[in-house]
Amino acid sequence: MYRSHVLICGGTGCTSSGSMKIADKLQAEIDKNGLTSEVQVVKTGCFGLCALGPIMIVYPEGSFYSMVKEEDIEEIVAEHLLKGRIVTRLLYKETVTEDGIKSLNDTAFYKKQQRVALRNCGVINPENIDEYIGTDGYQALGKVLTEMTPDEVIQTILDSGLRGRGGGGFPTGMKWKLAKNLVQDADQKYVCCNADEGDPGAFMDRSVLEGDPHVVLEAMAIAGYAIGATQGYIYVRAEYPIAVKRLEIAINQAREYGLLGKNIFGTDFSFDIGLRLGAGAFVCGEETALMTSIEGNRGEPRPRPPFPAEKGLFGKPTILNNVETYANIPQIILKGVDWFTSMGTEKSKGTKVFALGGKINNTGLVEVPMGTTLRTVIEEIGGGIPNGKKFKAAQTGGPSGGCIPAEHIDIEIDYDNLVAIGSMMGSGGLIVMDEDNCMVDIAKFFLEFTVDESCGKCTPCRIGTRRLLEMLDKITKGQGTLEDIDKMEQLCYYIKANSLCGLGQTAPNPVLSTLKFFRDEYIAHVVDKKCPAGVCKDLLSYEIIADKCKGCTACARKCPVGAISGEVKNPHVIDKNKCIKCGACIDTCKFNAIEKK
Amino acid sequence: MGSKKNTVPFNGTPEQEKKLLEVIESLKGDKGCLMPILQQAQDIYGYLPVEVQTIIARETGIPLEKIYGVVTFYAQFSLMPKGKYKISVCLGTACYVKGSGDIYNKLMELLGIDGGECTPDGKFSLEACRCIGACGLAPVLTINEDVYGRLTVDELAGILEKYSD
Repeated sequence: MYRSHVLICGGTGCTSSGSMKIADKLQAEIDKNGLTSEVQVVKTGCFGLCALGPIMIVYPEGSFYSMVKEEDIEEIVAEHLLKGRIVTRLLYKETVTEDGIKSLNDTAFYKKQQRVALRNCGVINPENIDEYIGTDGYQALGKVLTEMTPDEVIQTILDSGLRGRGGGGFPTGMKWKLAKNLVQDADQKYVCCNADEGDPGAFMDRSVLEGDPHVVLEAMAIAGYAIGATQGYIYVRAEYPIAVKRLEIAINQAREYGLLGKNIFGTDFSFDIGLRLGAGAFVCGEETALMTSIEGNRGEPRPRPPFPAEKGLFGKPTILNNVETYANIPQIILKGVDWFTSMGTEKSKGTKVFALGGKINNTGLVEVPMGTTLRTVIEEIGGGIPNGKKFKAAQTGGPSGGCIPAEHIDIEIDYDNLVAIGSMMGSGGLIVMDEDNCMVDIAKFFLEFTVDESCGKCTPCRIGTRRLLEMLDKITKGQGTLEDIDKMEQLCYYIKANSLCGLGQTAPNPVLSTLKFFRDEYIAHVVDKKCPAGVCKDLLSYEIIADKCKGCTACARKCPVGAISGEVKNPHVIDKNKCIKCGACIDTCKFNAIEKK
Repeated sequence: MGSKKNTVPFNGTPEQEKKLLEVIESLKGDKGCLMPILQQAQDIYGYLPVEVQTIIARETGIPLEKIYGVVTFYAQFSLMPKGKYKISVCLGTACYVKGSGDIYNKLMELLGIDGGECTPDGKFSLEACRCIGACGLAPVLTINEDVYGRLTVDELAGILEKYSD
């Protein structure tokens, strides 16, 4: 028995800021002070509050240390672990109250969250199967194998109303039912897991794989039992080395315990899982492309029907669900349909995990019931926008989604509401933008991404998105016309209607949604030749305000191209023909005398 | 790909080839084995020049043009060698809205190469990558295993200097 446990985040975010070195140092200090048998260091998955990493929690007190550095460790061990005195200066400020510390669950960041898919992230050691079993792990698998028929399992998932968390929102139970019944005489079926999280700025699935890998294995085995499959594949991004490693460990441990392999729980059900590494192609998140890639080909999608439930991987009936979807399943089985449907809205049940990023104070991972308002997520949980800037828009659904402008901040987030305003749930990236972000530039950024990632198989996507990008480029350079905007809009609808797969069908969404809500910004670029947010370089001009300029010559000396001239103690001027708009002068000026327009 | 400069000639060693042959032998029978073989081949050689693809084609019986098709399809596979220090700038959305585009441009200027290229001395290669998931540290770049976060353009020259050996 240990008297104290130190949980330290081993997710990618905290690892990037050195948490593993800190864990090693901590263990060394604990050993040095003779506490080895009293204090246990546990490397967990993501706590969610990535902005404050590296993060460490000491139990039983529950002290939440944030932004811990290697040089703080000696003090934490000497003061807290040895003498029981909490190191107040390192505590997360929100948890400090007049009469001690309050629980993490009472802080603004965690209070309105409800952790279902993330329940074990930051709680257990993901590399130890016993800790997963200790939190009811593999009980759901035991229950379905010994107490339920495959049809009962499918009916439970159908009744729960669970919809695919990868973006599309297709009812999960329906997928399973089709895969079970559509082809009766299949000699082999497959269960696949989509862990190819390609949406830039989304890291929910990675966090589940890093923090609770066994939940995915358990759910896949349940799915295998339900549809009659004996083999599963997890298609995971190679760019997620920590997730890959933990999955490998988890699969091996599950095999050792007989929870994967032959005759699981002494029944005649056998199921095993293989890992396949993705190689960096966004289109492989599309189901037919993903299966083509597992087969060892260029990951190009193919027309549907036939749907994978009929002809999927290697031509056999296949289901494909994403990581977060699977993470919900064991708990639906154990806690029941009523529990799950008590969360969420009428048509979107349960919770959704969002990766909150961009211009927001509490960057990190949040899980809220469906129907929570965007305002709650941004202002309360996210802690608002840094530097007193104004909220301009939130982007959901990544390159397939759209933006939600400030006037819709009270929208209740669920699948249907987001689609209704021209965005989509997507896999859960939620990027916050403030007044300094140019919406035309953002649309261009996403189009650059889709042009890069278009597989090239169908013409509307391959050529259409490129033409779209060219028009956007023209507009950001101040060479666009009003006619271009109309043409662009037409082209968007054409691409949506005619592309082969989801990538092309949704690629124009960032353009359409910014056109819908920020058309005035496009018009400013085209008619006034101005970028209101001050982002598009070709449209900027720098000017010195004569009244404010003291003639200190600092800017003239800093200018790399000698574009600024003037007498000492007299107002200076910028030669606009020479100026390269690098902004060095603005950063140098102490009198705020230079304006960017 | 055609516009990029390949400045370093292929010089694979017999040890590397032996390792590759072992990998191919162990995976050859599996369904869909080409991707895992290519991934391990890239680990061995650091990249996948046509010489390596030819060995894989010869040993597996998979046509070279199919292998080339797969290699050029996926961003992870590189036809060109990486530098001794591999710089990746995250251009995921969270980093982009916090200015990683400027970081990327400045590095191209400092190194005198385009994204996807390697400096002629083989020391630095530069590439853009998609979200590495350290969004809390945006904007982020990695140099081999080292992660640099909350970056500003002015810090870049100093960071490159650390890799002067």
